Amino acid sequence: MAAAAKAGVPVAEVMHVLSPEDGLGHGFIMRFVEGETLGGRIVKSDHLRAARQTLAFECGETLARLHRIPAGDFPTLARATPAELVERTRIVYARTTIRRPVFDLAFRWLTDNAPPVPAEPKLVHGDFRNGNLMIGPDGLRAVLDWELAHVGDPMEDLGWICVNSWRFGRIDLPVGGFGTLDDLLAGYELISGSRLDRSAVHWWEVYGTIRWGAICAASVEAFRGEDATMERAMIARRTSETEIDLLRLIAS
Amino acid sequence: MQDQPGPDELLGSVIDFLRETVVPEAKPRTAFQARVAASALELVWRQMEFGAAGEAVEKQRLIGLLDANGSLEDLNKQLADALASGTLGLATPGLVEHLRATTLEKLAVDQPNYSGYRAALPGEAEPRKEG
Repeated sequence: MAAAAKAGVPVAEVMHVLSPEDGLGHGFIMRFVEGETLGGRIVKSDHLRAARQTLAFECGETLARLHRIPAGDFPTLARATPAELVERTRIVYARTTIRRPVFDLAFRWLTDNAPPVPAEPKLVHGDFRNGNLMIGPDGLRAVLDWELAHVGDPMEDLGWICVNSWRFGRIDLPVGGFGTLDDLLAGYELISGSRLDRSAVHWWEVYGTIRWGAICAASVEAFRGEDATMERAMIARRTSETEIDLLRLIAS
Repeated sequence: MQDQPGPDELLGSVIDFLRETVVPEAKPRTAFQARVAASALELVWRQMEFGAAGEAVEKQRLIGLLDANGSLEDLNKQLADALASGTLGLATPGLVEHLRATTLEKLAVDQPNYSGYRAALPGEAEPRKEG
Protein backbone atom coordinates (compact mmCIF):
# COMPACT_ATOMS: atom_id res chain seq x y z
CA MET A 1 0.00 0.00 0.00
CA ALA A 2 2.94 2.32 0.68
CA ALA A 3 4.20 1.51 -2.83
CA ALA A 4 0.73 2.28 -4.25
CA ALA A 5 0.63 5.62 -2.43
CA LYS A 6 4.06 6.48 -3.82
CA ALA A 7 2.80 5.65 -7.35
CA GLY A 8 -0.09 8.10 -6.92
CA VAL A 9 -2.87 5.68 -5.97
CA PRO A 10 -5.10 7.14 -3.24
CA VAL A 11 -4.94 4.91 -0.13
CA ALA A 12 -5.50 5.30 3.58
CA GLU A 13 -2.02 6.03 4.90
CA VAL A 14 -0.47 3.27 7.02
CA MET A 15 0.50 4.97 10.31
CA HIS A 16 1.83 2.03 12.25
CA VAL A 17 2.49 -1.66 11.62
CA LEU A 18 1.71 -3.70 14.74
CA SER A 19 4.62 -5.43 16.43
CA PRO A 20 4.48 -8.29 18.98
CA GLU A 21 5.10 -5.74 21.81
CA ASP A 22 1.79 -4.04 20.95
CA GLY A 23 -0.03 -7.18 22.08
CA LEU A 24 -2.75 -6.73 19.43
CA GLY A 25 -1.83 -9.51 17.01
CA HIS A 26 -1.00 -8.94 13.33
CA GLY A 27 -2.18 -5.84 11.57
CA PHE A 28 -1.64 -2.16 11.01
CA ILE A 29 -3.24 1.13 11.84
CA MET A 30 -4.35 3.45 9.04
CA ARG A 31 -5.21 7.13 8.95
CA PHE A 32 -8.95 7.90 9.02
CA VAL A 33 -10.42 8.73 5.60
CA GLU A 34 -13.97 10.02 5.35
CA GLY A 35 -16.22 8.96 2.50
CA GLU A 36 -18.85 6.57 1.17
CA THR A 37 -18.04 2.91 0.50
CA LEU A 38 -21.54 1.40 0.13
CA GLY A 39 -21.97 0.67 -3.58
CA GLY A 40 -25.72 1.23 -3.60
CA ARG A 41 -25.25 4.76 -2.24
CA ILE A 42 -22.33 5.52 -4.54
CA VAL A 43 -24.51 4.89 -7.60
CA LYS A 44 -27.52 6.84 -6.22
CA SER A 45 -26.61 9.55 -3.69
CA ASP A 46 -27.34 13.11 -4.78
CA HIS A 47 -24.26 14.48 -3.03
CA LEU A 48 -22.03 12.21 -5.17
CA ARG A 49 -23.64 13.17 -8.48
CA ALA A 50 -20.72 15.38 -9.57
CA ALA A 51 -18.17 12.76 -8.46
CA ARG A 52 -19.91 10.09 -10.57
CA GLN A 53 -19.38 12.12 -13.76
CA THR A 54 -15.60 11.64 -13.62
CA LEU A 55 -15.26 8.55 -11.43
CA ALA A 56 -14.80 5.96 -14.20
CA PHE A 57 -12.08 8.11 -15.80
CA GLU A 58 -10.44 8.52 -12.38
CA CYS A 59 -10.59 4.74 -11.80
CA GLY A 60 -8.83 4.25 -15.15
CA GLU A 61 -6.09 6.73 -14.23
CA THR A 62 -5.68 5.12 -10.81
CA LEU A 63 -5.37 1.58 -12.20
CA ALA A 64 -2.82 2.73 -14.80
CA ARG A 65 -0.73 4.26 -11.99
CA LEU A 66 -1.04 1.09 -9.91
CA HIS A 67 0.00 -1.05 -12.87
CA ARG A 68 3.19 1.01 -13.37
CA ILE A 69 4.62 -0.26 -10.08
CA PRO A 70 7.36 -2.79 -10.89
CA ALA A 71 6.02 -6.25 -10.06
CA GLY A 72 9.56 -7.33 -9.24
CA ASP A 73 9.31 -5.29 -6.02
CA PHE A 74 6.91 -7.92 -4.66
CA PRO A 75 8.66 -11.30 -4.81
CA THR A 76 6.39 -12.76 -2.09
CA LEU A 77 3.06 -12.03 -3.83
CA ALA A 78 1.30 -14.90 -5.61
CA ARG A 79 1.66 -15.07 -9.39
CA ALA A 80 -0.89 -16.67 -11.70
CA THR A 81 -1.49 -16.89 -15.44
CA PRO A 82 -5.00 -16.37 -16.85
CA ALA A 83 -5.32 -20.13 -17.47
CA GLU A 84 -4.32 -20.92 -13.88
CA LEU A 85 -6.93 -18.49 -12.52
CA VAL A 86 -9.62 -20.09 -14.70
CA GLU A 87 -8.60 -23.54 -13.50
CA ARG A 88 -8.70 -22.43 -9.86
CA THR A 89 -12.25 -21.13 -10.29
CA ARG A 90 -13.28 -24.25 -12.22
CA ILE A 91 -12.16 -26.37 -9.25
CA VAL A 92 -14.30 -24.25 -6.87
CA TYR A 93 -17.27 -24.97 -9.19
CA ALA A 94 -16.40 -28.68 -9.58
CA ARG A 95 -16.62 -29.11 -5.80
CA THR A 96 -20.19 -27.76 -5.65
CA THR A 97 -23.20 -30.06 -5.48
CA ILE A 98 -25.00 -29.38 -8.75
CA ARG A 99 -24.04 -28.98 -12.40
CA ARG A 100 -24.76 -25.65 -14.07
CA PRO A 101 -24.55 -25.96 -17.87
CA VAL A 102 -24.09 -22.18 -18.23
CA PHE A 103 -20.92 -22.42 -16.14
CA ASP A 104 -19.56 -25.29 -18.25
CA LEU A 105 -20.24 -23.28 -21.41
CA ALA A 106 -18.51 -20.22 -19.89
CA PHE A 107 -15.45 -22.18 -18.73
CA ARG A 108 -15.12 -23.62 -22.22
CA TRP A 109 -15.42 -20.11 -23.69
CA LEU A 110 -12.78 -18.78 -21.29
CA THR A 111 -10.39 -21.57 -22.27
CA ASP A 112 -11.02 -21.16 -26.02
CA ASN A 113 -10.60 -17.38 -25.87
CA ALA A 114 -7.89 -17.02 -23.21
CA PRO A 115 -5.54 -14.07 -23.60
CA PRO A 116 -1.82 -14.83 -23.91
CA VAL A 117 0.24 -14.97 -20.73
CA PRO A 118 1.28 -11.32 -20.23
CA ALA A 119 4.84 -10.64 -21.34
CA GLU A 120 5.19 -8.27 -18.42
CA PRO A 121 3.08 -9.33 -15.41
CA LYS A 122 2.00 -6.40 -13.21
CA LEU A 123 0.94 -5.76 -9.64
CA VAL A 124 -2.84 -6.39 -9.71
CA HIS A 125 -5.14 -5.14 -6.92
CA GLY A 126 -7.40 -8.19 -7.31
CA ASP A 127 -10.59 -6.71 -5.80
CA PHE A 128 -10.87 -3.25 -7.40
CA ARG A 129 -14.65 -2.75 -7.55
CA ASN A 130 -17.50 -0.55 -6.36
CA GLY A 131 -17.68 -1.48 -2.67
CA ASN A 132 -13.93 -1.32 -2.12
CA LEU A 133 -13.57 2.32 -3.17
CA MET A 134 -14.06 5.24 -0.80
CA ILE A 135 -15.78 8.09 -2.59
CA GLY A 136 -16.31 11.71 -1.58
CA PRO A 137 -18.02 14.58 -3.41
CA ASP A 138 -14.59 15.33 -4.94
CA GLY A 139 -14.13 11.78 -6.28
CA LEU A 140 -11.99 8.76 -5.39
CA ARG A 141 -10.45 9.19 -1.94
CA ALA A 142 -9.04 5.75 -1.17
CA VAL A 143 -8.69 2.29 -2.68
CA LEU A 144 -9.39 -0.28 0.03
CA ASP A 145 -9.06 -4.04 0.62
CA TRP A 146 -5.65 -4.91 -0.75
CA GLU A 147 -5.48 -8.46 0.60
CA LEU A 148 -6.12 -10.07 -2.83
CA ALA A 149 -3.21 -8.21 -4.47
CA HIS A 150 -1.13 -10.45 -6.72
CA VAL A 151 1.07 -10.39 -9.81
CA GLY A 152 -0.60 -11.09 -13.13
CA ASP A 153 -2.42 -9.59 -16.11
CA PRO A 154 -3.34 -5.94 -15.33
CA MET A 155 -6.52 -6.22 -17.44
CA GLU A 156 -7.95 -8.36 -14.62
CA ASP A 157 -8.59 -5.19 -12.57
CA LEU A 158 -10.40 -3.47 -15.47
CA GLY A 159 -12.67 -6.45 -16.13
CA TRP A 160 -13.48 -6.95 -12.44
CA ILE A 161 -14.87 -3.46 -11.86
CA CYS A 162 -17.27 -4.04 -14.81
CA VAL A 163 -18.89 -7.20 -13.36
CA ASN A 164 -22.65 -6.56 -13.15
CA SER A 165 -22.83 -7.82 -9.56
CA TRP A 166 -21.32 -4.49 -8.41
CA ARG A 167 -23.28 -2.16 -10.63
CA PHE A 168 -26.02 -2.06 -7.97
CA GLY A 169 -28.89 -2.07 -10.43
CA ARG A 170 -27.27 0.30 -12.97
CA ILE A 171 -26.68 -2.30 -15.67
CA ASP A 172 -26.48 0.57 -18.17
CA LEU A 173 -23.27 1.91 -16.57
CA PRO A 174 -20.69 -0.88 -16.86
CA VAL A 175 -18.03 0.62 -14.61
CA GLY A 176 -19.28 0.04 -11.07
CA GLY A 177 -22.78 1.30 -11.95
CA PHE A 178 -21.41 4.86 -12.16
CA GLY A 179 -19.53 5.23 -15.45
CA THR A 180 -18.87 4.10 -19.01
CA LEU A 181 -16.22 1.76 -20.34
CA ASP A 182 -15.03 4.51 -22.71
CA ASP A 183 -14.26 6.76 -19.72
CA LEU A 184 -12.45 3.98 -17.83
CA LEU A 185 -10.28 3.16 -20.85
CA ALA A 186 -9.65 6.85 -21.67
CA GLY A 187 -8.36 7.49 -18.14
CA TYR A 188 -6.17 4.41 -18.29
CA GLU A 189 -4.80 5.22 -21.73
CA LEU A 190 -4.02 8.82 -20.74
CA ILE A 191 -1.69 7.67 -17.95
CA SER A 192 -0.29 4.49 -19.54
CA GLY A 193 0.19 6.03 -22.98
CA SER A 194 -0.83 2.80 -24.71
CA ARG A 195 -4.05 1.64 -26.37
CA LEU A 196 -6.05 -1.05 -24.62
CA ASP A 197 -7.58 -4.12 -26.20
CA ARG A 198 -11.31 -4.06 -25.42
CA SER A 199 -11.65 -7.78 -26.06
CA ALA A 200 -9.14 -8.45 -23.25
CA VAL A 201 -11.21 -6.36 -20.82
CA HIS A 202 -14.29 -8.29 -21.95
CA TRP A 203 -12.55 -11.64 -21.31
CA TRP A 204 -11.66 -10.53 -17.79
CA GLU A 205 -15.24 -9.39 -17.18
CA VAL A 206 -16.43 -12.89 -18.11
CA TYR A 207 -13.78 -14.38 -15.83
CA GLY A 208 -14.77 -12.00 -13.00
CA THR A 209 -18.44 -12.91 -13.40
CA ILE A 210 -17.80 -16.63 -13.09
CA ARG A 211 -15.29 -16.08 -10.28
CA TRP A 212 -18.06 -14.42 -8.24
CA GLY A 213 -20.57 -17.01 -9.50
CA ALA A 214 -18.43 -19.90 -8.26
CA ILE A 215 -18.13 -18.22 -4.85
CA CYS A 216 -21.95 -17.91 -4.71
CA ALA A 217 -22.39 -21.54 -5.78
CA ALA A 218 -19.89 -22.72 -3.16
CA SER A 219 -21.92 -20.92 -0.48
CA VAL A 220 -24.26 -23.92 -0.37
CA GLU A 221 -21.54 -26.03 1.28
CA ALA A 222 -20.54 -23.16 3.58
CA PHE A 223 -24.19 -22.79 4.62
CA ARG A 224 -24.44 -26.50 5.36
CA GLY A 225 -21.14 -26.36 7.24
CA GLU A 226 -19.27 -23.62 9.04
CA ASP A 227 -21.52 -20.65 8.16
CA ALA A 228 -25.12 -21.78 8.67
CA THR A 229 -26.61 -18.28 8.35
CA MET A 230 -29.59 -17.05 6.31
CA GLU A 231 -27.31 -14.53 4.57
CA ARG A 232 -25.03 -17.34 3.35
CA ALA A 233 -28.04 -19.34 2.13
CA MET A 234 -29.37 -16.36 0.19
CA ILE A 235 -25.95 -15.66 -1.40
CA ALA A 236 -26.09 -19.20 -2.79
CA ARG A 237 -29.41 -18.32 -4.41
CA ARG A 238 -27.74 -15.41 -6.23
CA THR A 239 -25.68 -17.77 -8.42
CA SER A 240 -28.32 -17.56 -11.13
CA GLU A 241 -27.64 -13.79 -11.37
CA THR A 242 -24.16 -14.56 -12.64
CA GLU A 243 -25.57 -17.13 -15.08
CA ILE A 244 -27.77 -14.54 -16.83
CA ASP A 245 -24.79 -12.14 -16.86
CA LEU A 246 -22.58 -14.81 -18.46
CA LEU A 247 -25.17 -15.44 -21.16
CA ARG A 248 -25.40 -11.71 -21.87
CA LEU A 249 -21.60 -11.54 -22.15
CA ILE A 250 -20.88 -14.58 -24.31
CA ALA A 251 -24.12 -15.54 -26.05
CA SER A 252 -25.88 -12.40 -27.21
CA MET B 1 -54.14 -32.47 2.46
CA GLN B 2 -56.58 -29.63 2.17
CA ASP B 3 -56.73 -27.91 5.53
CA GLN B 4 -56.75 -24.14 5.45
CA PRO B 5 -55.15 -21.63 5.54
CA GLY B 6 -52.75 -23.08 2.97
CA PRO B 7 -48.95 -22.86 2.96
CA ASP B 8 -48.93 -19.71 0.83
CA GLU B 9 -51.22 -17.91 3.25
CA LEU B 10 -49.17 -19.01 6.26
CA LEU B 11 -45.97 -17.85 4.57
CA GLY B 12 -47.57 -14.51 3.74
CA SER B 13 -48.60 -14.08 7.34
CA VAL B 14 -45.07 -14.80 8.63
CA ILE B 15 -43.54 -12.44 6.02
CA ASP B 16 -45.90 -9.66 7.14
CA PHE B 17 -45.01 -10.31 10.78
CA LEU B 18 -41.28 -10.07 10.02
CA ARG B 19 -41.57 -6.88 7.94
CA GLU B 20 -44.24 -5.04 9.92
CA THR B 21 -43.46 -6.07 13.50
CA VAL B 22 -39.95 -7.46 13.86
CA VAL B 23 -38.11 -5.02 11.56
CA PRO B 24 -39.42 -1.82 13.24
CA GLU B 25 -39.07 -3.16 16.80
CA ALA B 26 -35.79 -5.09 16.67
CA LYS B 27 -32.21 -3.88 17.15
CA PRO B 28 -30.43 -3.09 13.84
CA ARG B 29 -28.65 -6.46 13.48
CA THR B 30 -31.82 -8.45 14.17
CA ALA B 31 -33.86 -6.15 11.94
CA PHE B 32 -31.41 -6.82 9.10
CA GLN B 33 -31.70 -10.56 9.64
CA ALA B 34 -35.50 -10.30 9.74
CA ARG B 35 -35.38 -8.61 6.32
CA VAL B 36 -33.19 -11.42 4.98
CA ALA B 37 -35.60 -13.96 6.52
CA ALA B 38 -38.60 -12.30 4.84
CA SER B 39 -36.74 -12.36 1.50
CA ALA B 40 -35.94 -16.05 1.97
CA LEU B 41 -39.60 -16.84 2.65
CA GLU B 42 -40.67 -14.88 -0.42
CA LEU B 43 -38.23 -16.97 -2.45
CA VAL B 44 -39.79 -20.14 -1.00
CA TRP B 45 -43.22 -18.82 -1.93
CA ARG B 46 -42.11 -18.15 -5.53
CA GLN B 47 -40.54 -21.60 -5.76
CA MET B 48 -43.78 -23.22 -4.57
CA GLU B 49 -45.66 -21.14 -7.11
CA PHE B 50 -43.44 -21.44 -10.25
CA GLY B 51 -40.79 -24.07 -9.48
CA ALA B 52 -42.52 -27.24 -10.68
CA ALA B 53 -43.76 -25.71 -13.94
CA GLY B 54 -40.27 -24.37 -14.69
CA GLU B 55 -38.64 -27.74 -14.08
CA ALA B 56 -41.17 -29.49 -16.34
CA VAL B 57 -40.46 -27.27 -19.36
CA GLU B 58 -36.71 -27.34 -18.63
CA LYS B 59 -36.81 -31.14 -18.76
CA GLN B 60 -38.80 -31.18 -22.02
CA ARG B 61 -36.25 -28.87 -23.64
CA LEU B 62 -33.34 -31.00 -22.38
CA ILE B 63 -34.91 -34.16 -23.79
CA GLY B 64 -35.21 -32.46 -27.18
CA LEU B 65 -31.72 -30.99 -27.09
CA LEU B 66 -29.92 -34.17 -25.98
CA ASP B 67 -32.22 -36.75 -27.57
CA ALA B 68 -32.00 -38.62 -24.25
CA ASN B 69 -34.14 -39.21 -21.19
CA GLY B 70 -33.48 -39.29 -17.45
CA SER B 71 -33.94 -37.23 -14.32
CA LEU B 72 -33.51 -33.46 -14.49
CA GLU B 73 -30.22 -33.86 -12.63
CA ASP B 74 -28.95 -36.51 -15.08
CA LEU B 75 -29.96 -34.49 -18.13
CA ASN B 76 -28.25 -31.36 -16.80
CA LYS B 77 -25.12 -33.38 -16.11
CA GLN B 78 -25.17 -34.71 -19.68
CA LEU B 79 -25.58 -31.20 -21.09
CA ALA B 80 -22.86 -29.79 -18.82
CA ASP B 81 -20.44 -32.56 -19.87
CA ALA B 82 -21.19 -31.94 -23.55
CA LEU B 83 -20.59 -28.20 -23.15
CA ALA B 84 -17.37 -28.76 -21.19
CA SER B 85 -15.99 -31.10 -23.85
CA GLY B 86 -17.19 -28.91 -26.73
CA THR B 87 -19.46 -31.62 -28.22
CA LEU B 88 -22.23 -29.02 -27.91
CA GLY B 89 -21.66 -25.27 -27.91
CA LEU B 90 -22.89 -21.81 -28.83
CA ALA B 91 -23.50 -22.93 -32.43
CA THR B 92 -25.82 -25.81 -31.41
CA PRO B 93 -29.39 -24.99 -32.57
CA GLY B 94 -31.64 -24.25 -29.59
CA LEU B 95 -28.81 -24.34 -27.04
CA VAL B 96 -28.62 -20.65 -26.17
CA GLU B 97 -32.42 -20.37 -26.19
CA HIS B 98 -32.62 -23.27 -23.72
CA LEU B 99 -29.97 -21.84 -21.39
CA ARG B 100 -31.56 -18.40 -21.46
CA ALA B 101 -35.06 -19.77 -20.78
CA THR B 102 -33.79 -21.96 -17.93
CA THR B 103 -31.85 -19.11 -16.35
CA LEU B 104 -34.85 -16.78 -16.58
CA GLU B 105 -36.99 -19.47 -14.92
CA LYS B 106 -34.46 -19.70 -12.07
CA LEU B 107 -34.29 -15.93 -11.64
CA ALA B 108 -38.08 -15.62 -11.56
CA VAL B 109 -37.76 -17.61 -8.33
CA ASP B 110 -34.33 -16.54 -7.02
CA GLN B 111 -33.97 -12.79 -7.73
CA PRO B 112 -36.77 -11.29 -9.83
CA ASN B 113 -35.53 -7.74 -9.14
CA TYR B 114 -32.01 -8.36 -10.45
CA SER B 115 -31.00 -5.87 -13.15
CA GLY B 116 -29.61 -8.60 -15.42
CA TYR B 117 -32.94 -10.45 -15.19
CA ARG B 118 -35.06 -7.39 -15.93
CA ALA B 119 -32.84 -6.53 -18.91
CA ALA B 120 -33.08 -10.08 -20.31
CA LEU B 121 -36.87 -10.32 -20.13
CA PRO B 122 -38.48 -10.27 -23.58
CA GLY B 123 -39.80 -6.84 -24.49
CA GLU B 124 -37.87 -5.07 -21.74
CA ALA B 125 -37.49 -1.35 -22.45
CA GLU B 126 -34.06 0.27 -22.78
CA PRO B 127 -32.39 0.70 -19.40
CA ARG B 128 -32.71 4.19 -17.98
CA LYS B 129 -29.85 6.63 -18.37
CA GLU B 130 -28.25 8.46 -15.48
CA GLY B 131 -30.14 11.66 -14.69
